[in-house]
Amino acid sequence: MFDTENSSASPLDSSILILKDLAFQRNEELLFSSINMAIESGEILQIQGPNGSGKTTLLRMISMTLSPTSGEILWQGKNVNNVREQYLGSLLYLGHQSGLKKSLSADENLLWWRKLNKDNLLPSSDALECVGLTRVKDVPCYHLSAGQLRRASLARLYITRAKLWILDEPFSAIDKQFANELKTLLENHLDNGGIVILTTHQDLEIKDMKYISLASPHKSR
Amino acid sequence: MTNTGFVAIFRRDLLLAIRHRGDLSNPIIFFFIIIVLVPLGLTPESSRLSEIAPGMLWIIALLASLLSLNSMFQDDYNDGTLEQIMILPQPLYFMVLAKIVVHWMVTGLPLSLLAPVFGMMLSLPEPGYLPLMLSLLMGTATLSLLGAIGSALTLPLDKEGLLLPLIVMPFYMPILIFGSGTVQFAIDGLSILSPLAVMGSLLALFLFVAPYIAAGALRLSVEG
Repeated sequence: MFDTENSSASPLDSSILILKDLAFQRNEELLFSSINMAIESGEILQIQGPNGSGKTTLLRMISMTLSPTSGEILWQGKNVNNVREQYLGSLLYLGHQSGLKKSLSADENLLWWRKLNKDNLLPSSDALECVGLTRVKDVPCYHLSAGQLRRASLARLYITRAKLWILDEPFSAIDKQFANELKTLLENHLDNGGIVILTTHQDLEIKDMKYISLASPHKSR
Repeated sequence: MTNTGFVAIFRRDLLLAIRHRGDLSNPIIFFFIIIVLVPLGLTPESSRLSEIAPGMLWIIALLASLLSLNSMFQDDYNDGTLEQIMILPQPLYFMVLAKIVVHWMVTGLPLSLLAPVFGMMLSLPEPGYLPLMLSLLMGTATLSLLGAIGSALTLPLDKEGLLLPLIVMPFYMPILIFGSGTVQFAIDGLSILSPLAVMGSLLALFLFVAPYIAAGALRLSVEG
């Protein structure tokens, strides 16, 4: 949307998160290039593409665990490398792996994560109750099913204050009912001015969704 | 606060070490096995054993430390917690340092405390007990610090095999030399201050730089 009061800045500049000409090359192979996107508060971006097209790579790039081969990511108009702490402080990344220690219980895992992120948490609410894991919260994670593990790692979404959520396949392994709850959670986050960037193979019916479509690696050659 | 990360990781890793009690005793069992084998393979004569004891004890300690290096970052890398640590808006230095300190507490520290017992089994002369403990306390800490760098560098390699020992071994050598030297000096009735001072300065140096280098290596490895 155009900001009429701030006419000197282009609409792109006023966006909170901008992906500018991102490209990634590994071992001579160009995985993707010219990724451009501007995201405002309250918007959701879905990254689409077949397996191996670089969805996870792009997510990791946005969460700063991978640097782009070329291009840059701007957060509130500044390159994320220059505002690293501020940017990392406002993002939450849930990757491919659960980020849970198998020999610790869901409760202990979450407690650890809370301590690490303690400047960035909502005041309370029992996250494990929200994801329906109260009954097994003291069981070591290696006894949990794939769906329960995913729930345990998604529990972080209920207690974080991070504005930008980067979720890699959050809907995998979870049942329909919880998928609906998760969708509601994402919608609430968007209504509160948050941003969600995710990959999923599900059809999410969330309004005003933005898309990045990555081509299959073989076609792009 | 910079040390929230340090404290959180320190406590979690310690808790994990306690959960995996079995792994805790590995270096000690390894040490014990070799100590039992040496008199059988070489000579049970205590006068000859006491000659090789300082060097032997130190070599075993070094190998025990080497054996336990793999696990330093590998588990965190595999289950994604390393990624979670690396995207925290805090310096990675302190969090890597926390992991190194725990690694030392579960490998080097128990070995150092048990060293007099092992020394006795190899007929180490009595004046060597305390210097052995002191040199091991400092030396194994330095080994853990150096090992963290190698461990971080070889992280993405699934089966790094002997690459890790090859990388860290050259850096381990001075510690072996001054460590066993300390014990030998004490047995010969010389002052142990100078070899201990060298070991202390090595420890101080690597305490400062090793977590920094390891953090950089981790970033490279995770990008890989």
